[in-house]
Amino acid sequence: MYSDDLVLLEARNLQRRHPDRRRWLLENVSLDLFAATRISITGSSGSGKTLLLRALAMLDPLDGGEIRWQGRPVSRDAIPEFRRKLIYLQQRPAIAEPAVEAALQRPFRLAVHRRRQFDRGRIVAWLDRLGRRESFLKKRAVDLSGGEAQIVALLRALQLDPTVLSLDEPTAALDPATTKAAEEMLGDWLDESPQPRAIIWVTHDAEQAARVAPRRFHMDAGRLRKAS
Amino acid sequence: MAIELEFWQLAIAASLILISGTISLLLHLELERRLLLAAVRTVVQLLLIGLVLGWIFKANQWYIVVALMLAMTLIAGFAAVGRTGRRYRGIWLDSFVSMWASSWLILAVALLAVVQVDPWYKPQYAIPLLGMILGNTLNGISLGLDRLGEELAAKRDEVESLLALGATRWEAALAPIQQAVRTGMIPIINSMMVVGLVSLPGMMTGQLLAGADPLQAVMYQIVIMFLIAAGTSLGTVSVVLLSYRRLFTPEHQFLPGRLVKRG
Repeated sequence: MYSDDLVLLEARNLQRRHPDRRRWLLENVSLDLFAATRISITGSSGSGKTLLLRALAMLDPLDGGEIRWQGRPVSRDAIPEFRRKLIYLQQRPAIAEPAVEAALQRPFRLAVHRRRQFDRGRIVAWLDRLGRRESFLKKRAVDLSGGEAQIVALLRALQLDPTVLSLDEPTAALDPATTKAAEEMLGDWLDESPQPRAIIWVTHDAEQAARVAPRRFHMDAGRLRKAS
Repeated sequence: MAIELEFWQLAIAASLILISGTISLLLHLELERRLLLAAVRTVVQLLLIGLVLGWIFKANQWYIVVALMLAMTLIAGFAAVGRTGRRYRGIWLDSFVSMWASSWLILAVALLAVVQVDPWYKPQYAIPLLGMILGNTLNGISLGLDRLGEELAAKRDEVESLLALGATRWEAALAPIQQAVRTGMIPIINSMMVVGLVSLPGMMTGQLLAGADPLQAVMYQIVIMFLIAAGTSLGTVSVVLLSYRRLFTPEHQFLPGRLVKRG
């Protein structure tokens, strides 16, 4: 077992300037993500929520600050391995493969996941929880609705057993029933794991934030603060 | 020996531009001014390069030949960027470096190993050979650059999601890179397919007109085809890889903001 005060991810004074150099997109954002926690981040459009998630996944160059993983800085060469442990799920899912099953298999061709194998049974069980049949795997990518594409992207990340899931409005295009099922499924994914895990959940919806995360943050004009 | 042309014979050929001009007038294409300008430029530019070449052939100095070759390479490098839809800072340098490295390497093989010209800078060989390699490499570089920009812009979300799932920058960029290099190489492969059947290449035709033995003319043409195929492939690959390094950081980040659409 791991200790509850294990800090998985630390962000220190992350800074990113607007290209015009006058405004901040991220202004001195610091965050500690402990094991077995769920945090939510709310805020209006353009407040910097997505940029923060991208910064935490080291997907953009920053103007200042540091990301530490389990107490250590992440070196350049270790970044793909870091992103295997912290998976950021973008808001607009991109499915490049012709069909759902191929899309789910795609990550296993990447060097960081090569030792793992696609587990069809596990996917089918998750699909069942989300109210989808096995035939969903055969569905062509072009026929997926926005919500279905979000399901594919979520399962594609989940099957890789990341330590941290960083979710950018993951249920924005889902119907209420599927949204509820996805929230419960992610909760179980976190609670039932013997390994330390955590979820960062960005949402527009304050009610959802209250449901999914006891620790809540609010983002405003590039600054992060605890939500009351 | 070939028939020497006099200026009055050029005048007859040039008067054929009246055919194009008449078509433009009859159909109200409003192309007369451009036709006139194009005709004048054709005559002036070619006469000028004729004078320059005449002077260079007579001077027969390596540094003059190299200077002209550099100028040709520079113009080709810039021309290749001229046709791209999306650009980034440093694209001109990348294009020139790829053009220079690939075409001069292939030219060296041609002059030193294949044709074995002595001295190597003999302008009668070096300049037309480089010209042909550059012309085709330009095409490859320009198509490759343009396609890479379009692919990366269109597949931005896909590239980003691969990176987010732990792909290295190379893994994330590979499909667009392959597509760009393929696009750059296809025209030369196509022309190798039909050469001699559909098209009689200009150089071969020129040699035949000049009275060369057809077998010799064909052998030269075969050499040229392989030179330009190699030059095009090398140029395309190197420009695509150089752009990749500008658009992806060593931290495995994609910088789509650096690609600016030409407005």
